[in-house]
Amino acid sequence: MTQRSSLFTIGQPPGRRSYWLIGLGVFVLLGLAWYLSTASGLVPRLFLPAPADVLARMLSLAADGTLWADLKVSLYRIGVAFLISSAMSIVIGTLAGCYGFWKAASEPLVDFIRYMPVVAFVPLTILWAGTSDVQKFLIIWIGTFFQQVLMIMDAVKRVPPDFIGLGRTLGMRDPAILLRIVLPSALPGIWDALRISLGWAWTWLVLAELVAATSGLGYRITVSQRFFQTDTIIGYILLLGLLGLVTDQLMRAAERVLFRYNRRRR
Amino acid sequence: MATLEIRGLNKSFPHGREQRQVLRDIELTLHDNEFVSLVGTSGCGKSTLLSIAAGLEGFDSGQVLVDGEPIRGAGLDRGVVFQSYTLLPWLNARENIEFALKAAGRTRGECRRIADEHLQLVGLNDYAEAYPNELSGGMKQRVAIARALSYRPKILLMDEPFGALDAMTRHQMQELLTRIWEHHRLTVMFVTHDIEEAVYLSDRIVVMGRGPGHIKASFPVELGRPRHEEMATSTAFIALQRQVLKAIREDERQP
Repeated sequence: MTQRSSLFTIGQPPGRRSYWLIGLGVFVLLGLAWYLSTASGLVPRLFLPAPADVLARMLSLAADGTLWADLKVSLYRIGVAFLISSAMSIVIGTLAGCYGFWKAASEPLVDFIRYMPVVAFVPLTILWAGTSDVQKFLIIWIGTFFQQVLMIMDAVKRVPPDFIGLGRTLGMRDPAILLRIVLPSALPGIWDALRISLGWAWTWLVLAELVAATSGLGYRITVSQRFFQTDTIIGYILLLGLLGLVTDQLMRAAERVLFRYNRRRR
Repeated sequence: MATLEIRGLNKSFPHGREQRQVLRDIELTLHDNEFVSLVGTSGCGKSTLLSIAAGLEGFDSGQVLVDGEPIRGAGLDRGVVFQSYTLLPWLNARENIEFALKAAGRTRGECRRIADEHLQLVGLNDYAEAYPNELSGGMKQRVAIARALSYRPKILLMDEPFGALDAMTRHQMQELLTRIWEHHRLTVMFVTHDIEEAVYLSDRIVVMGRGPGHIKASFPVELGRPRHEEMATSTAFIALQRQVLKAIREDERQP
């Protein structure tokens, strides 16, 4: 018997067409299950509103501007916090990946703090910074920075030692080797670390806004809970998922442009 | 004039809590424009010796002299071709050569001209704009050789440069290297485990032994130049190949 490859053969990746068809099918199936369970009255609308209700609610929130205001303030918070965290982690992670001193100084500390649950910092950050934006920055920063440093350090350590040897044989000094060989060589790995940590940053943003905020996507979800507006809650959760997906795809698209040298043209 | 002298060199690596000696009392001189191959079983320290000569690795005692001057780390006077090609993936073939020339302090205009000349030298002018990942292994190593020659080092150090290539490409690369070397003479230290390759390319073959690494024997290669492929079947060629192999094997019988 000859071996036939199918979607149920170990190690066989699905074709592009079947990948998208199956992936989309799962979404449609889940949506259908949602629709049927609410339309049939199986689940009370208070707990799970119908898809049409959620859509209608989101459209009305968009029309009166609430949605855009929430989105704007949340994007501002995640944007600022993520940029600060990324800038810091690129500098420290690169130094720690290159120099023994910085590795010894940062790795044990980062490893220690990394295991502290971010959630446990929420009360402390509120005492320090109240419900201001700074408190949101702090939570997002604590949640992403320590993970980013480790991942970036790893990306820098994966730079082939011969690349550094090449720099040396060309008579380059260490700072030049760092800037012109190590950094560009580690950049695809660093970018990947940023893309993955951006996904986590969304979680920490919503956490911070759920607990102590007067605006933002997370805040709207908490307020809606008080008024039993499950349609808003579900709508916002879906929106958060969508935002995560969109930012991830944007990062991937940028990756394809920035690191196009990794693709084959011939 | 470019000579490389290694005198009374000892080198050890930390191994657990103790030091393990990997090179013992190495005495080796590469004369001006001499092509010398280092051969020996794996673990004899031939690659370590090359790294030391390149200035990429330190040593415990002894001296490494270029034209009588002790080396201070790596430098532009010694070009290195690594087995792993080491082309920077974000630069195309021409830019990889220009990168070295820029580091050597050439002006932008010179960089372009010299890079193109050297791509021509290795027959890759049509691939100037190709990125490393679009090049085959042999092409990558040709760019690496062009890069190492471009800034005119006095000495070229090659660490099993063709070790990762298939047999066919390997032969082409050996042809290419002989042709280039016969036109643009310079002092070469060539580390390999392929005896035929060593005989074909070299003026002299130095055999290293293990435990700790030391120099066992040295064989002059008395074949005329220019070298060509037919020589590989000549009696003299095969006899020398046998002699070198015998010298390497003697080491293995020791416990």
